[in-house]
Amino acid sequence: MESVTLQVLRYLPEEKSEPFYQDYDVPFQKKWVILDALNYIKDHVDGTLTYRWSCRMGVCGSCGMMVNDQPVLTCETFLETYLPGPIRIAPLSYFAVIRDLVVNTDDFLGKVKRAKPWLITDELKPVTEGEYRQTPDELKEYKQYSMCINCMLCYSACPIVGLDPEFVGPAAVALAQRYNYDSRDDGHGQRNKILMDDDGIYSCTLVGECSVVCPKAVDPAGAIQRYKVTGAVEWWKSVVMPWKSDK
Amino acid sequence: MTRYGPDEHDVLIVGGGGAGLRAAIAVAEANPKLKIAVISKVYPMRSHTVSAEGGSAAVIKSNDSLDEHAYDTISGSDWLCDQNAVEEFVNEAPKELLQLEHWGCPWSREPDGSISVRSFGGMKIKRTWYAADKTGFHMLHTLFQTTMKYDRIHRYDEYFVTSLMVDDGRCQGVVAIELTTGKINAIAARSVILCTGGCGRVFPYTTNANIKSGDGMALAYRAGVPMKDMEFVQYHPTGLPFTGILITEAARAEGGYLLNKDGYRYLQDYDLGKPEPKPVLRSMELGPRDRLSQAFEKEHEKGQTIEGPFGPFVHLDIKHLGEDVINEKIPFVRELCLKYENIDPVKEYIPVRPVVHYMMGGIHTDIHGATPLEGLYAAGEAACVSINGANRLGSNSLTECLVFGARAGKAAAENASQGKSFSRNLEAIAMDEGRRIEKAYLSNRSGKTKNSESIVTIREEMHQAMKDGAGIFRTEKSLKESQNAIQELQDRLLRTSIGDTSYTFNTELTSAMELSYMLDVAEAVIQSALKRDESRGSHQRSDHPGRDDDKFLVHSLAYKTEKDLPRIDYLPVTITRWPPGERIYGR
Repeated sequence: MESVTLQVLRYLPEEKSEPFYQDYDVPFQKKWVILDALNYIKDHVDGTLTYRWSCRMGVCGSCGMMVNDQPVLTCETFLETYLPGPIRIAPLSYFAVIRDLVVNTDDFLGKVKRAKPWLITDELKPVTEGEYRQTPDELKEYKQYSMCINCMLCYSACPIVGLDPEFVGPAAVALAQRYNYDSRDDGHGQRNKILMDDDGIYSCTLVGECSVVCPKAVDPAGAIQRYKVTGAVEWWKSVVMPWKSDK
Repeated sequence: MTRYGPDEHDVLIVGGGGAGLRAAIAVAEANPKLKIAVISKVYPMRSHTVSAEGGSAAVIKSNDSLDEHAYDTISGSDWLCDQNAVEEFVNEAPKELLQLEHWGCPWSREPDGSISVRSFGGMKIKRTWYAADKTGFHMLHTLFQTTMKYDRIHRYDEYFVTSLMVDDGRCQGVVAIELTTGKINAIAARSVILCTGGCGRVFPYTTNANIKSGDGMALAYRAGVPMKDMEFVQYHPTGLPFTGILITEAARAEGGYLLNKDGYRYLQDYDLGKPEPKPVLRSMELGPRDRLSQAFEKEHEKGQTIEGPFGPFVHLDIKHLGEDVINEKIPFVRELCLKYENIDPVKEYIPVRPVVHYMMGGIHTDIHGATPLEGLYAAGEAACVSINGANRLGSNSLTECLVFGARAGKAAAENASQGKSFSRNLEAIAMDEGRRIEKAYLSNRSGKTKNSESIVTIREEMHQAMKDGAGIFRTEKSLKESQNAIQELQDRLLRTSIGDTSYTFNTELTSAMELSYMLDVAEAVIQSALKRDESRGSHQRSDHPGRDDDKFLVHSLAYKTEKDLPRIDYLPVTITRWPPGERIYGR
């Protein structure tokens, strides 16, 4: 049987203070994604290898890793793409590593929360009055940004995240925009305060790598760009018509 | 490494999927003074609700009625659901889905901006709300993002629950391992709600995510709470053969055909109606899931399926819908086929087969989500209220998470508001649990010899036993063989010890514990199936082909026993307005 070598960057904090590469040979199967190969290692070679996974259909966002230095979802990345190998597997860049391929997610979720990703309305409409009307065109305005699965690949692709760990980051801005462009929402004023501060969108230099690696075509770079335009308008409004800003 | 307190909450929710997060918000809204926490082995947005595709049912259009939704649900269930529960369910369903709309869920819309609905299997009228074909994803993220508003909802992300703390006849919290540190924590709560979802991973081919190992079911079962109707396992008729990835029923609702090896729409041979070019409600490809999966098995027996490397399959044909409809209505189907099968359904057939999808059975609760154990509640797939009976109607499960998640939240809040004080024994209970885990799984840390039993082998043998014995068609003989196999595996599991002795994120440890949960759930499934000498809905006994309302219009209750097989008891089904009748589809 044909085989392929996976070079996995491991980190075992209870044994060694530094990460190290470990090689594993796995049989090659055409149907296998990188995750299948990792599961093969876990089940048949080394039960201590540690990583997250769950849905195996590219929607839960658990299994992001660096494969040959690119952030990908390992459940939808085929082994075949990387033949003849070896294939280098490492934890997502710019995140603190807990063990092996498992990174700390809390910082990311803190940034998401800062963007206030929930519907903010000036007046609360009772549920008994039925749905808010929203036409298919209005839905289209924000739908793309609502597709973010929180896989964090865009953070690993973003050089600014690497330089400035406080940068709010691509996914959080996309989620803010997901609500800002929702016809039911009145919360953009509250979100602007956060996203336009020092660690907000102006840190972004529009490298655009976030949109390249996004597995769901959310286009965070586009979301940030649209925000900068909004931001400039808001700033001018605040100068010219101070009573209208800060809603 | 066991740590006790001071983690005390009023309501603790185990599981951060659709039911759990809905429950958390319901508690927060019921009483602003309550301390709330959600504990989950994964971050909430990784929960399996995220994988649900097709939609969520609730009456919203003027051509529909609550009674029609109730009837479709009840006839779909082969009359085994409790009709009082179904009536409450259909009544609260629209409010819950509207509530989600008000929280921002991006439901698909009609040109006038109103909610759009689609048809689904087993339904007389279109009533399934959808967000393209990522409905569960959007519902989960809407709920999760909404919970972020509430600073009072504390989260224990990536904590693995190992047992319930029960003392003085009531559930008072859980013991859980903090995965990042390996610390074993006691987390006390006046009310605990189990929202841990299903257990599809007991079977080899399933749409279920890796995390679906029946944890909550087993936790309750071990605490003496009965498992209800566990013999009823739903096979979804259209999963991808190798991965088990779900191809949503919406593909058929939009007009997809199921074809055998000769390109023939074989469902017409199984009393499911006549083939029409356009989809007909409650007919052919829009028949109920149990009947479609059974038709596949029969077609296979006739040699009319196609043989593949991962077993037999048939073809799902959606080519005639055209690229625009596919991209607009079911884009995820195309994405999944392209990514995982290297097939473009705009031009090619999709290979599909029945795969384990959903547990109708679960933790026995009343219509408020309360279990017989004081302080313990359950909701969502983990629970059995029952609105699903012997076969769940497609698109009722997401709605069930909301309706009964909210109900369980309210009931749990009410119970917690009494402010009962915690037992003094909790610390001792937690310490005992810490020692049990050390001894059962990590004893080779202290130099004990390794045993050759591997959790991987046991898991594979469990899969084989469940597939062979408790599949779409079962017999007394097949079930008994599976029962013996599962019992043997239970014994062998006691002799395993895992190789990973680390405290940091030890997934070999959690896999072993998940396996022990799955074996407990498996024994309840098999014993309940063995005792039900009839065929009803998804439970088809080849040796007892007919439905037997005289003897079996009852719910099975499986109780765990110390060393023996589970004890099976029965509970009458509640009938309100729909006496048992024939299930008629396509005529």
